Amino acid sequence: MSNKNIKKGFISCHEAGNICDRSQYKESSLWERIKLEMHILWCVKCNAYVKKNSMLSKLLKTHADEHSTHHLPKEKKEELEELIKSEK
Amino acid sequence: MLTFTKTFYLKDKQHQINPDTWIKNYADYMYNYTIQRVNNHEKAQDIVQDTFLAALKAKANYKGEASERTWLIAILKRKIIDYYRKSNSKKGKAEVRMNYINTDEQEGDWLEERVADHKGNNTDFDLDNDDLSQTLEDCIDNLPVKQATVFRMKTLQEMESQDICNELDISSSNLWVIIHRARVQLMECMEINWYN
Repeated sequence: MSNKNIKKGFISCHEAGNICDRSQYKESSLWERIKLEMHILWCVKCNAYVKKNSMLSKLLKTHADEHSTHHLPKEKKEELEELIKSEK
Repeated sequence: MLTFTKTFYLKDKQHQINPDTWIKNYADYMYNYTIQRVNNHEKAQDIVQDTFLAALKAKANYKGEASERTWLIAILKRKIIDYYRKSNSKKGKAEVRMNYINTDEQEGDWLEERVADHKGNNTDFDLDNDDLSQTLEDCIDNLPVKQATVFRMKTLQEMESQDICNELDISSSNLWVIIHRARVQLMECMEINWYN
């Protein structure tokens, strides 16, 4: 396998971490995810990182479901900001 | 031993108070918290407003031992209790309130449907959610300010990467480095304070 091919298919741990982070926000491409899957087949550290990272995402989602379903209306927020400024 | 680690880990930072960032950082969280307990959008807004006003007055008493958010929530809890006291004394008796939220698009949806939707994907996380949120928020508060801000914008407010970069004047790769650091720290913090 030539050097170029190695570069194409194999990624560094640094890159793997970055793809994993972006995957948590659904901002990675399919090809990137394939490369990540291949990487974590043999890289124990990145494998652990991927697991922990998706666990964190699950916890955050549970949290968000509970606490971000409602948003304070913008006008109210502006009103409150004015109020805080004047009262300070 | 475990309690020691927890206290130690979460309290090694002296917290600052800054009313200018209250609305941006906590208003939605407090609003949600209130709605879950009061179940009336207008009243919830009033209560949140009262809380901020009370907090401004009590600012001098803040010692920086708890995070700003924990402190604000503590005041909010009192305000919610006050609200119930008042409404009960008016009617002269307690009223059973269901957590049935009426928004335009969901009118007529009963509680069961909403709950089913909520928990569907999280069956293996059938945990005390309030406690989970508390721990998560504490851990986020414990991050360096910049990491916490970026992380909140990206994860909790679900903003587009580009918008965050523009607003904070950072590059895209910079954004992902910050997010990476924040996530690594959060994993560590959650491992100590949640899974143990």
